[in-house]
Amino acid sequence: MSSESNGNGVESSYVKIPQIKFTKLFINGEFVESLSGKTFETIDPRTGEVIAKISEGDKEDIDLAVKAARQAFDHGPWPRLPGSERRKIMLKFADLIDENVEEIAALDTIDGGKLYSFGKIVEIPSVAENLRYYAGAADKIHGATLKMSRELQAYTLCEPIGVVGHIIPWNFPSQMFVMKVGPALAAGCTMVVKPAEQTPLSALYYAHLAKLAGLPDGVLNVVTGYGRTAGAAISSHMDIDKVSFTGSTEVGRLVMQAAALSNLKPVSLELGGKSPFIVFDDVDVDQIASLALQATFFNKGEICVAGSRVFVQEGIYDKFLIKLVEKAKAWVVGDPFDPNVHQGPQVDKNQYERILKFIEIGKKEGATLLTGGKLSNRKGYYIEPTIFTDVSDDMTIAKEEIFGPVMSVLKFKSVEEVIERANATKYGLAAGIMTNDLNIANRVSRSIRAGVIWINCYIAFDKDLPYGGYKMSGFGRDMGMESLNMYLQVKSVATPIYNSPWL
Amino acid sequence: MATRRISSHISRSLPLLSRGVKQFYRGRGIHRYSTSPALEDPIKPPVSLQYDKLLINGQFVNSASGKTFPTLDPRTGEVIANVAEGDAEDINRAVSAARKAFDEGPWPKMTAYERQKIMLRFADLVEKYIDEIAALETWDNGKPYEQSAQIEVPMFVRIFRYYAGWTDKIHGLTIPADGPHHVQTLHEPIGVAGQIIPWNFPLLMYAWKVAPALACGNTVVLKTAEQTPLSALLVSKLLHEAGLPEGVMNVVSGFGPTAGVALCSHMDVDKLAFTGSTDTGKMVLELAAKSNLKPVTLELGGKSPFIVCKDADVDKAVELAHFALFFNQGQCCCAGSRTYVHENVYDEFIEKAKARALKRSVGDPFKAGMEQGPQIDEKQFEKILKYIRSGTESGATLETGGDRFGTKGYYIQPTVFSDVKDDMLIAQDEIFGPVQTVLKFKDLDEVIRRANNSRYGLAAGVFTQNLDTANTLMRALRAGTVWINCYDTFDAAIPFGGYKMSGIGREKGEYSLKNYLQVKAVVTPLKNPAWL
Repeated sequence: MSSESNGNGVESSYVKIPQIKFTKLFINGEFVESLSGKTFETIDPRTGEVIAKISEGDKEDIDLAVKAARQAFDHGPWPRLPGSERRKIMLKFADLIDENVEEIAALDTIDGGKLYSFGKIVEIPSVAENLRYYAGAADKIHGATLKMSRELQAYTLCEPIGVVGHIIPWNFPSQMFVMKVGPALAAGCTMVVKPAEQTPLSALYYAHLAKLAGLPDGVLNVVTGYGRTAGAAISSHMDIDKVSFTGSTEVGRLVMQAAALSNLKPVSLELGGKSPFIVFDDVDVDQIASLALQATFFNKGEICVAGSRVFVQEGIYDKFLIKLVEKAKAWVVGDPFDPNVHQGPQVDKNQYERILKFIEIGKKEGATLLTGGKLSNRKGYYIEPTIFTDVSDDMTIAKEEIFGPVMSVLKFKSVEEVIERANATKYGLAAGIMTNDLNIANRVSRSIRAGVIWINCYIAFDKDLPYGGYKMSGFGRDMGMESLNMYLQVKSVATPIYNSPWL
Repeated sequence: MATRRISSHISRSLPLLSRGVKQFYRGRGIHRYSTSPALEDPIKPPVSLQYDKLLINGQFVNSASGKTFPTLDPRTGEVIANVAEGDAEDINRAVSAARKAFDEGPWPKMTAYERQKIMLRFADLVEKYIDEIAALETWDNGKPYEQSAQIEVPMFVRIFRYYAGWTDKIHGLTIPADGPHHVQTLHEPIGVAGQIIPWNFPLLMYAWKVAPALACGNTVVLKTAEQTPLSALLVSKLLHEAGLPEGVMNVVSGFGPTAGVALCSHMDVDKLAFTGSTDTGKMVLELAAKSNLKPVTLELGGKSPFIVCKDADVDKAVELAHFALFFNQGQCCCAGSRTYVHENVYDEFIEKAKARALKRSVGDPFKAGMEQGPQIDEKQFEKILKYIRSGTESGATLETGGDRFGTKGYYIQPTVFSDVKDDMLIAQDEIFGPVQTVLKFKDLDEVIRRANNSRYGLAAGVFTQNLDTANTLMRALRAGTVWINCYDTFDAAIPFGGYKMSGIGREKGEYSLKNYLQVKAVVTPLKNPAWL
């Protein structure tokens, strides 16, 4: 049974909840009300209660933000600064994040139900690290000089693509923010960020820090609001040069459609997944069972790379299940401010109910509920870590992205078989391969159609590790030097040369 | 004025930081741009000397022999300090510290991100102490203080920040081999790097060499030039303050034939990087060959052409050609020391080049507005005067200058020769001083041939607005850098190095990482891969 650590208390007894300082849209270097004057409520998923009322941006606010970004791109200093100068401001921005780690971590915890300790120790510092990584990339954006087959001198220039629209999700409000904003800033772009309506707080805080760091007005604009209004306005805007979206596959399709119907802006999409986590007979069962738990339940299962299909080879299948259950029972659900808690509440009522529906479907379709599946008896959107066995590949819970703490365990016999089954999905975001057999590891990593393969590790992200999907998990790559390409245009320049001693 | 003009050539790639300098001059009430030809008493440098020992394993220590050598103020020839004199035994100690720091860590085992943070902290510290560091550099070297403080130290900082950014972006490749194999390359630090740097840009040469070596995770033994040992000791101290583990950066002051030779022939040094004269470079390469075959990069001498084409705006060409040669007292390996001028503009060019040289402000480098300080030492001073005599004797026309400036220290008058022929010594040898040699040419093919007719190939300047001419020359000149309508435009990201006997390898930019990395190919068979 999952233990509960903090009663039903609304105020956390662990950490002082910061006062909410920023609730308005950030446009052209200023916090402003939305033009309509409307606001929306952002909810604390621990209680379902309102944290703050946030300005609700709509189409006309997006227009204003794009205008500011357009001005900053077309006439402002940002794209014209040497990379080393952009770096300086980005490094300062990173330092300011480091100085405010606790406050930002607390914002993501009250807004998204995310673990506070993890935020403070890992997640928010990694936002600063990421920003430093891209700060260091700002002066290393190289074009090439080219080998022409006749008397031509030619080269490529990598130029910033222009005004970028970023639409980011609620599961990692901070990391998604920097994953998009970092490379776009390094490239010299200006941008409009729309954070998820569930988690607008940290993005506004970052906007404030960016201004303090000296980012020129209009370079970074944050418009809080809903997808169908503000998000749609970004996707279909005629003056946005590129849209980068992370979220569900359904919405990704809408973004791409809107881009197609408007100005054919290039789109990068980082969408859903149903990633296989494949455990071979030769592993240390105890160790890999722990990893499987992390792979599926990390961040309440609200992670697009969740290893939500756990394939276990038949030789260790039974042993593995026993370990999984044992560990799942020791997995603590509770107030995310409590340092002993492994899992906080789901982000909102919608998600909460959606997950519960999937659990019901799992039972109805004949999977065996091994553990969990019950609501926690506390207020807020808590769900126990849930494990299904006897799952077959055609069941809904093995096909759809649940985005919650629900693991499906599937049995397999041979390498050939598991490769085929792992690939039998519309998604292709990530995969885990657990084995010490080098040949199996190499073979399976080449055979799985997915953007990230983790061998004997999982959710091992790094600044320098590009990340994105095959198939309907999206296209384009975030992170690493790869992601710069999403924010750059390539211009080829050629001119005749005469009397060159060589070509 | 002149200083501003110099800066403006460079400012395309350099933010100017003049804060400290202005404060310094304001405090002392010295008038800017004095034109008095007579040298007054030398200005007391606004810095006190703190470090004069060897830096080995994180500690300042005396040399094993206890010996010291004097480092001189080139304004007066007087002793600034007696500095610990490293010899073979000290090199051994330094290498063994560097070896241990490499083999046992923590430096190469640290995450790249941690290395980056130390390098960024170091850059911040140097920026903080920019006035002292620049003053020490000028005191030891004689270069104008404004140049140290506004151009060189900021560039030093820029280079360290640039390579800090590389630490976590050193990528190998995965490689499609012909057959069922998984192949990847790992780019690993090469080990203990031995670095020998010259006296003309002590700090910048330090940055060019040390920053990429550290970014890649190597450990370093640096031998500074005996003329200018001071600034490297100061900044290395700051590097340790920034958190560099002991043994990673070792600095041995001393002479080439003793400490330098010991480093080059050391069996436990994995890589050498040398900047200096072509003659010494040959010895470095030879010693590496005779010892453990360590790879060597060399950045050596030059006799770089600066080509003024017939369409040139003469005033601008004169100014740039003047800067290309006289910058840093002419003590630049890439100095534009063969000024080729098209016959259509030759006469006007000579007249204006002469006027410009006459206007050059020479004097105490601590004085505001000085474009030119003293040469580095007596040896260089005498060598330059000898070349000037040789120019006159071989029939070149001495337009202006030709002698020492003042009576004390190693100052030389800005000197211009016209009617120079390709076979004269002053058109062939690297003079390394404020001596401009102007040669006349008729057509492009001719000047390409003549410009390339040199054993050197370090740099070239092209002055034209004609795109076709620029493109033709850019490709035809056998040199590691071609500056078109600019000169000495350096940046951390722009690679620099020589063709022919100007050296081997490239420093700065992404290219420099290669000097400090080993490439390991890792191959393993694939069983039943989905594809290759």
